[in-house]
Amino acid sequence: MQIIQPHYHGIARTAQDYERMAMSGVVAVAEPAFWAGFDRLYPETFIDYFRQISEFEPTRAAQYGIRHFSWVAVNPKEAENPTLTREVLKHFPEFFAKPTVLGVGETGLHKSTKNECDSLEAHVEIAMKHDQLVLIHTPHLADKAHGTKRVLEVLAGMNIDRDRVWIDHVEEQTIRPCLDAGYWVGFTLYPITKCSPRRAVDMLEKYGTERILVNSSADWGPSDPFTLQECILEYRRRGHSLQEAIEVFHNNPCRFLGQNPKFDIKPIRVETLAEAPA
Amino acid sequence: MLSPEQVVDTYFLEARHMLLEIAALLDRYDAAAARCEGDPANGRATAGAAKLATLREALGILREQAPTRERTVALLELFARV
Repeated sequence: MQIIQPHYHGIARTAQDYERMAMSGVVAVAEPAFWAGFDRLYPETFIDYFRQISEFEPTRAAQYGIRHFSWVAVNPKEAENPTLTREVLKHFPEFFAKPTVLGVGETGLHKSTKNECDSLEAHVEIAMKHDQLVLIHTPHLADKAHGTKRVLEVLAGMNIDRDRVWIDHVEEQTIRPCLDAGYWVGFTLYPITKCSPRRAVDMLEKYGTERILVNSSADWGPSDPFTLQECILEYRRRGHSLQEAIEVFHNNPCRFLGQNPKFDIKPIRVETLAEAPA
Repeated sequence: MLSPEQVVDTYFLEARHMLLEIAALLDRYDAAAARCEGDPANGRATAGAAKLATLREALGILREQAPTRERTVALLELFARV
């Protein structure tokens, strides 16, 4: 089955991940800009990071036949330095011009401070101004519900196209308001700390499959890109058809990411070919 | 060996994850039961119903603040009956 991994931090992973993903049917990944594990001090550090994910990483993925796309952002954890954020934002347009950059992300909230909310607003503004997609990170664990509510409040005050905004890391307590408000949502599957493959399938069965993306994230922390394949297996094991699985795990990423014409992978349909008469 | 505080700190997230999986299983069961409402087979004493009752009993054992024996032993003996 062809799979698209819409949220994947390739620079934190080995080439073996790409190889195994390719062998399991992954045809494309999209890499949002992420936190490096420490707070960066210089705009130039971000610029080189953006070059890495928009220029170098696609060449690594291509060795395994995987298309690689990326996003640019200052991570919410680094938003407490507004001067740095402003400096980095100035460079976004040059990356929007790159052939594989799809938009702004992952921006969002971590502790939902004023600086973080201001940074989120500035990120979404520049994305909308340049007709880019937006990927929004919502906080983990204890801050999840409050942070997601704040994200929705910040967005509600802005003039945006909600079809072009993906709110990621939703869980059972946050999915409803995000979908009801008209955004795309993402389930991020982690071994322990976020959503699990089974819970993701529960939500697909409860809320349907429209405007939902499923991803493994997979970064430098305890994570596993193959939680996505576990989820597909669970989905199929519960009796959902191959085409239904393709709709969720391939075609939905095509529909959202394809709003940026640079993402040119199209939705697919399984057909049984009639045997030609002998 | 770990201190009591270290035990909680080390295993909290893992325990949270496992409890969420159990909560999801019970929600999944309720959703499936709701879909099957009206089905004559629904509500009958089945092997599945017995397993569910055992899980609920196990959760009761976990709630005990000062059990008279190890919880793992109690659960293993409970599950041996299924």
